[in-house]
Amino acid sequence: MTALILARHYLRATYRSKLSVLFSAIQPIMFLVLFGPLFARSGVGSWDVLVPGLLVQLTLMSAGLAGFGIFIDQRFGVLERLRVPPAGRTALLLGRVLRDVVVLLVQAALLLAIGFVLGLRAPLAGLLLGLALLVVLAIGLASLSYAIALVMPDELFPPVASTAVVPLMLLSGALLPMSLAPPWLDVLSRLTPFRYVVEALRAFFAGSYGGAAVAWGMLAGLAFLVIGVALGTRVFHRENA
Amino acid sequence: MIHATALTKTFTTGKRTVEAVRGLDLHVAAGEIVGFLGPNGAGKSTSLRMLTTLLKPTSGTATVAGYDLVAEPAEVRRRIGYVPQGNTVAPTAQVGEELELQARLYGMSRAEARDRVAETLRALDLTGVEARPAAALSGGQRRRVDLAMGLLHNPRLLFLDEPTTGLDPQSRANLWDHVRRLRDREGVTVFLTTHYLDEADALCDRILIIDHGRVVTEGTPADLKAELGPSATLDDVFLHVTGRELRESTAA
Repeated sequence: MTALILARHYLRATYRSKLSVLFSAIQPIMFLVLFGPLFARSGVGSWDVLVPGLLVQLTLMSAGLAGFGIFIDQRFGVLERLRVPPAGRTALLLGRVLRDVVVLLVQAALLLAIGFVLGLRAPLAGLLLGLALLVVLAIGLASLSYAIALVMPDELFPPVASTAVVPLMLLSGALLPMSLAPPWLDVLSRLTPFRYVVEALRAFFAGSYGGAAVAWGMLAGLAFLVIGVALGTRVFHRENA
Repeated sequence: MIHATALTKTFTTGKRTVEAVRGLDLHVAAGEIVGFLGPNGAGKSTSLRMLTTLLKPTSGTATVAGYDLVAEPAEVRRRIGYVPQGNTVAPTAQVGEELELQARLYGMSRAEARDRVAETLRALDLTGVEARPAAALSGGQRRRVDLAMGLLHNPRLLFLDEPTTGLDPQSRANLWDHVRRLRDREGVTVFLTTHYLDEADALCDRILIIDHGRVVTEGTPADLKAELGPSATLDDVFLHVTGRELRESTAA
């Protein structure tokens, strides 16, 4: 309940800065619009291969960089103020994460809408399952992002987080399937959970809801959620969080 | 309202251990305004953060607002208000929304929270600021908003950490009036830290002076001054018990 109260509060503030919601989705949208038509003609794959990758890119850039939002609250004593009432520390984390998930879903819907205009065709069940998997991944990513932002020196988080997102996105096979990768890159890619999530999303968009790719993707997403929330909760429980 | 025995807080960073608070004993009765003074680095804020459950004591015991500080922190939090140093609302945040959130975190419904916010703002001469961002308020208004944050849930015990730092004399006097009203009309117990000795002299029923993590003296302002002579000020008392050495040099 407390998490919902906090989420609603954060969403109200986010609604007042709608442009920022659009801006954090701008890169995947630009890739979709400017790279997508090339990809679709390349023979490598089609929209139902590219868009899942861009959705994971979006999740990395939206939920993965969520930690930026906590700096102002920490600097202006808001975080400490919120720790004084008897609200659970986990709720303080989950309230923010729920807001981030809602924002991601709005951005994902926008990306999918543009994708459909450009030529994406995917079954509704596949789209919904894909969004559900993204939500699972986003919860873990946002939680981890807040944890790292609170632990790392202020001046380090922005460059470190922004830099980390790029290789993680490329290693996930978001832009090109890792089936094209040389063996060493393929091995490296398999060390990140995002590779499995991208492949699961591609399976969903192709209308396949079982099989190894889906199983691994769901497992990777859930494991990331558990680890991310556990670490995030631990940091929020710290005395000087 | 507060009964602490041998409260200690030790911080360990790498190989370095710092005993910020060493065996703090203090007692605050209901309805008192108690000032907690000390030089920089004496342990005031650390003590305050322990008493408000934001830091867990390394050792020692305390009951705050009738509940065990370590065993029942949620019960303590329900009954205390805390106004930290510095502002607690981000500059771009809307004042009314932040207050409403704070009220809801104490379990109020949306309607109760709205009513309580309006009532508290009226009591603190802040009517009309709800829709404004915090950055649009004066320093005095922002500090009263911080005070409002600590009062929304009608706490019986209020902790104030340097409540008037950075305010002009008019705003300080205004805030003092509000603090006195809280005690006189509502029986709220106030525990405050301040570097302004005139503030401690004007507001406090009793003063505790902490240095090197321990309470070194306590008493009413009048009694403490009388111990040094008829024309002694609280500044004289403070410097007499804590010395004139700059704390930066001691820390080095």
